[in-house]
Amino acid sequence: MKIEKYLRNITFWHMMIGILSLATGVTFGLFQVLARAGIYKYGSFTYGTKIYYQGLTLHGVLNAIVFTTFFIVGFLYIVTEVSLKRKLNRGLVHLSFWTMVVGTLLAAWAILTNKATVLYTFYPPLQAHPAFYIGATLLIVGSWIAILNTVITHLKWRNENPGKLTPPPMVAVHATYAVWFLATIGVAVEVLFFLIPWSLGLVKSINPELARTLFWWFGHPLVYFWLLPAYLSWYFLLPRIAGGKLYSEPMARVVFLMFILFSLPVGTHHQFSDPGISSTWKAVQAFLTFMVAVPSLLTAFNLAASLEYAGRVRGGNGLFGWIKKLPWGDYRFAGMIGPMIVFIFGGISGIVNASYNVNQVVHNTSWIPGHFHLTVGTASAMTFLTLSYILMEKLFGKRPWSKKLATWHAYLWVVGVLIFSWGMMQLGRAGIPRRTHLGLSPYMNLEEKILMGISAVGGVLMFTSFLIYFINFLATVFKKPDVANVEEVDLEFTDAYHRENENLPRYLDNFTIWIAIAVFLLIVTYGPIFYDVFRSTYAVPNAFSPFNPLNLIK
Amino acid sequence: MKWDFIDEYEAWAFKISLGLVLVFFVAVIGIAVLKGIDVPTCVTDFKPFDKGELVQIGPREYQLKLLARMWSFQPNEVVIPVGSKVTIYTTSLDVQHGFEIEGKAVNLMTIPGAVNKAEIVFNRPGEYRFVCNEFCGIGHQSMYGVIKVLPEAEYEKWKQEHGM
Ligand code: HEM
Ligand SMILES: [Cu+2]
Ligand SMILES: [Cu+2]
Repeated sequence: MKIEKYLRNITFWHMMIGILSLATGVTFGLFQVLARAGIYKYGSFTYGTKIYYQGLTLHGVLNAIVFTTFFIVGFLYIVTEVSLKRKLNRGLVHLSFWTMVVGTLLAAWAILTNKATVLYTFYPPLQAHPAFYIGATLLIVGSWIAILNTVITHLKWRNENPGKLTPPPMVAVHATYAVWFLATIGVAVEVLFFLIPWSLGLVKSINPELARTLFWWFGHPLVYFWLLPAYLSWYFLLPRIAGGKLYSEPMARVVFLMFILFSLPVGTHHQFSDPGISSTWKAVQAFLTFMVAVPSLLTAFNLAASLEYAGRVRGGNGLFGWIKKLPWGDYRFAGMIGPMIVFIFGGISGIVNASYNVNQVVHNTSWIPGHFHLTVGTASAMTFLTLSYILMEKLFGKRPWSKKLATWHAYLWVVGVLIFSWGMMQLGRAGIPRRTHLGLSPYMNLEEKILMGISAVGGVLMFTSFLIYFINFLATVFKKPDVANVEEVDLEFTDAYHRENENLPRYLDNFTIWIAIAVFLLIVTYGPIFYDVFRSTYAVPNAFSPFNPLNLIK
Repeated sequence: MKWDFIDEYEAWAFKISLGLVLVFFVAVIGIAVLKGIDVPTCVTDFKPFDKGELVQIGPREYQLKLLARMWSFQPNEVVIPVGSKVTIYTTSLDVQHGFEIEGKAVNLMTIPGAVNKAEIVFNRPGEYRFVCNEFCGIGHQSMYGVIKVLPEAEYEKWKQEHGM
């Protein structure tokens, strides 16, 4: 597919803004582990705490929201054009990009001037500057424009190709965007109807529990927005990189559709400890959370089978002999298999979190950052960094400046994050909270300080790995192309071992049905939850700066 | 349902995955019901309050009204005899806080405009640290307290010393 220069360039900028954000974010990550271990205190007490939480806000917002959203939107543009062989609307691409940029700048200004030290969950009654909320809204609206563009393009493709099945990578794109769109409605309602009027002083009170519930309507599906593009690459790029084929294409389709169904009506599993929601409805969403583990288990099966096939094609035999034959030295393989292996632990710890009453032991402890650095922090983030090399090659003909460094950065990260997360999880089990400048906490005992030190070692390795990546990536960007004048872009999607498209039921290619069922599940499970929240919680005339215990509302 | 578009092995993967999560779910809910280790539920019979205190409501039975504010708990030291059953109600005066007792399945979000509740029995003497586990501003890292569970005799002594 010929990809126009403008789209290649703008995808580059999506990627670049993402990566620069991540670079800033992980630098604060390094400070965090050092500060928590008590190694580095950022000068005076007041200055130190201010900057710890300001840094943590930056770390969360830049890594988990800005990096991911920019990167995903850019990557999915290319997947859409390549797999549909059809052009996106150029005007909308620009409109979306600039809306996202303006939003990000507004929010970044508020955080950098310390007017929005409220962490990436911005729970009221901690109050941020209106620019923070407005910026976040614009970032989301910008991503909606990208969704609109993609849907229009797909519909046109349908008209031109009656009876043809949607190409599988496009199914993944739709799943990602369907989940994101339905999820962001929750946070949009929270921000537009409650937080913005309240931060502008137009209304005086706010219901914090209602705000939390709307936030987590968004907050959990958010994690699938991060994960599904990584799954897309594991399903449709990795098997071919490994030298084989995707084991089952129909199962891949089913998996992505299951994510549309079960990613959304589960946000309450972040609120097991909340007041104002009855335990019955918490249990219902716990059940649906277990259901959303099913497509991930199926993914493990399908991908393992695909890799086994690749290993055998490469001459491996015996029960495990094929594993040795896989291309462990290929940076693209290393950069995806590493995150996949780490994600196994991420998934298992996720099941612990989801386990209803077991969650009482880990909720808001250091266990939780231990868990999600294995998921978004590795499974998604590291896969995206691998994709950044692949995109540089496919879009601009620039192979990595050093393939060796690209491979080693992946393995170093795996080692680092496993140490980091192990330490964090043990701390969590000891009851040590997350989001806390532990270096200044009076309640840490020696054993806990040692665990914090261990996780700091992991954090330093992660940071070193990122630095290697960053230097290598910049060197790749600035080097001369290996292939001049790229226009044809082929992402080299994998072939399938099982396809059976003739037997594929048509409802598996009708996204409207699945989105409708998802909306139905949302209404049925969230209806009673909102009813509970309304009957047992109240709005309060509160607004606070994180630096001052005096109410801003007189 | 006939799934002829999926081969035998995939169908098995599907059934095993589904079976696995169902077993997990039943186990978790089973424990919640049988052992009474449940998550907090919706409280409608207790209004938000603005004073924290420990009230004895029966022999070995206490009601702990726990108030969180930037950046301390009220009360931040609780002394009870071993074997006490404590019903904890918690709310916040300002922003969101958390309340978590080390080594116990008590982990409550402490939210202004809402009351959260947990019931817990302390069967072993010891000092139980509790901490705020939700970011609540720059004093967050030093927001903690302790529940002292004393053996019977020591508790009586403590009561006399404190004129109770
Ligand atoms: C050098 C690498 C990194 C280090 C050393 C690091 C370290 C940390 C630490 C210590 C925390 C917990 C702070 C606390 O709870 O007090 C944290 C939180 C967090 N990290 Fe990382 N991190 C790194 C990379 C990443 C990446 C790549 C992502 C995601 C793309 C990420 C996303 C997050 C998020 C979302 C939080 C939660 C923020 C909050 O609680 O508000 N981190 N990180
Ligand atoms: Cu979740
Ligand atoms: Cu706190």
